[in-house]
Amino acid sequence: MTTKNKPHLFSYDLSVKRKTEGVIKWLFRIATYIVILAAGYLFANIIYNGSKAVFNVRAPFINIDFLTQKPQTLHVYEPKLIYAELKKINAQQVALRSELKGLSLMDDIGVASIKSKLKTLEQKYEELDAERKEGRLLFSDTEYRKLDQTPFSEEYTYSNYAYSGGGIGPAIIGTCLLVFGSIAIALTLGILCAIYLSEYSRPGRVLRIIRLSVLNLSGVPSIVFGLFGFGMFVLFFGWGVSMIAGWFTLAIMALPVVITASEESMRAIPKGFREGSLALGASKWTSIRTNVIPYALPGILTSSIMGIARVAGETAPIMFTAAFALRDQLPWEGLNEWTDFFFQGVMALPYHIYVVSSKIPQNEYTRDMQYGAAFVFLFIVGFFALSSIVLRARVRKKYKW
Amino acid sequence: MVTKTNSSLKECTPIIEVSELDFAYGSTQALFNVSMDIYEKQVTAFIGPSGCGKSTFLRCFNRMNDLIEVAHTKGGNIKINGVDINKPDVDVIELRKHVGMVFQKSNPFPKSIYDNIAYGLRIQGIKKKEILDQVVEECLRSAALWDEVKDRLQESALGMSGGQQQRLCIARALAVKPRILLMDEPCSALDPVATAKVEELIHELKKNYTIVIVTHNMQQAARVSDRTAFFYLGKLIEYDATDTIFMNPNNEQTEAYVSGRFG
Ligand SMILES: Nc1ncnc2c1ncn2[C@@H]1O[C@H](COP(=O)(O)OP(=O)(O)OP(=O)(O)O)[C@@H](O)[C@H]1O
Ligand SMILES: [Mg+2]
Repeated sequence: MTTKNKPHLFSYDLSVKRKTEGVIKWLFRIATYIVILAAGYLFANIIYNGSKAVFNVRAPFINIDFLTQKPQTLHVYEPKLIYAELKKINAQQVALRSELKGLSLMDDIGVASIKSKLKTLEQKYEELDAERKEGRLLFSDTEYRKLDQTPFSEEYTYSNYAYSGGGIGPAIIGTCLLVFGSIAIALTLGILCAIYLSEYSRPGRVLRIIRLSVLNLSGVPSIVFGLFGFGMFVLFFGWGVSMIAGWFTLAIMALPVVITASEESMRAIPKGFREGSLALGASKWTSIRTNVIPYALPGILTSSIMGIARVAGETAPIMFTAAFALRDQLPWEGLNEWTDFFFQGVMALPYHIYVVSSKIPQNEYTRDMQYGAAFVFLFIVGFFALSSIVLRARVRKKYKW
Repeated sequence: MVTKTNSSLKECTPIIEVSELDFAYGSTQALFNVSMDIYEKQVTAFIGPSGCGKSTFLRCFNRMNDLIEVAHTKGGNIKINGVDINKPDVDVIELRKHVGMVFQKSNPFPKSIYDNIAYGLRIQGIKKKEILDQVVEECLRSAALWDEVKDRLQESALGMSGGQQQRLCIARALAVKPRILLMDEPCSALDPVATAKVEELIHELKKNYTIVIVTHNMQQAARVSDRTAFFYLGKLIEYDATDTIFMNPNNEQTEAYVSGRFG
């Protein structure tokens, strides 16, 4: 206590100030932790559940069938005896539970006895369930059709579940096609528009209005884009539910990001580069082509590709315009003419996840499909984001100032 | 001495003739009724306090002011080699090839040294390597830069020192073979040694080019220029042989400015 300082000009009012400082700091900290927790839980959950479908314990460790095959109906044969036993236990459990509800809270002994009964039943159930999993036979459609002889109906009960077997191959391919196509369209249209806005247009009211409407476009809910695409491309242009309709819908949705990012990147290029080349006798377009776009490109590509990859993950814009819930053929199969390629619907991961999660009866087998698809989808989006970063690093190395 | 310079100056032919030029940014006029002749193969310096319109005037010669939305010529004209450069049939691209410009802030492109010099030719569609090689060497030699950079032509121009960058910009301007070279405070960001090099270079270039230079540095104007024009508030106050302007100016304001009493 001898070191306790006398109050001086800058001495701290420990009690109040430090406390408020501390509280405020913790407020910020907690908010950050919540965000990290949420993100961490999301990724952990999807990776944990998804990896069951995507990975194998045996070599080659990756479930190739899941990644390449079409979604199929799963045919399940379960051992009849165990199945019946499980049903019985289930019925007992239900009965006990309702009995428990009927008891008054005062009846301690009764409650305790029922609870212990429930517990033993639960254990038994789990054991049997493990046995059932061991003993059951699973067949996908193709395998099922190839069977010479179905398992004996005396020993097995049969049931089947839509969308729960096979894989998500067509959806992966469809999503990649949708992403590539919409990137191409959005980049072309967006960069052209951004060049006009940043280099050619005269500042003034009109430009402000254009900018404002571009910004507003980014606030439009995705379902509205979906409806717009449906009305415009599917019905009015008569393209039908097709890949090209999906491309344009997604591209228009991504345009605000591309335009804003490109315009900003181009504005960031020093005026001296433009003036320097103009003073050497370059035409305006030459100057832009050789001395603005190359330096702006890294910024344009990174922000745009990230933005488009995000948009391409949306379900709403493609669900009326491009996505099929189930399609037996891959996009390059069964084409009469090469143009048919663009005018066919495709399966897509986000829509597939939506379908298997909400359009079919839920059961233990769909779960793997949902999470597996979500996992693969995350991976693909992450891949696009990563590749845009790598691309930027490479272009930037070439041009930097 | 002064008369002798004057008489020698009189023999030259005017290459830029400005008559009664009025120039404005929107509603604010920046140049008032400026008339002057600039002579071939001489160095002409523009001096004057900040904001008096030197840069504006200089940028009229290669119509760089076209880039500024609100800028416009209100009256008068500028003739270069006898052609009124504001006529609609003038190709501004040809004009800018004829009238090169070096900016205050050196602006090498973020490309290699070689590509910087070759830029002016490449945009004209000249792709032959022999021609480009030759021009690059020629220009770097004229800009007294060849010996310093000949071993790293493919390296980025941004790795050069500030003075080298500015001389590179001069070399780059020379590559399109201009007749006139405009320089807007080319040494304002350079140290004395680099400045001396650029001044030396200007002296060298005078043999082949007409040079117009804007400077805030009186000594520099006195050292490098043959003629000096003093501007004040958008008006041309006095224009004469450099010696006259610095030693025996006619106008009081000019005298006050060059002797450092205001500005
Ligand atoms: N882009 C522009 N828009 C509007 N007014 C401008 C613009 N550029 C210059 N002016 C105005 O024109 C006048 C002359 O400017 P200018 O740049 O020619 O001066 P300067 O003599 O080059 O000055 P400094 O020595 O500081 O470079 C100034 O009053 C300035 O405010
Ligand atoms: Mg200036």
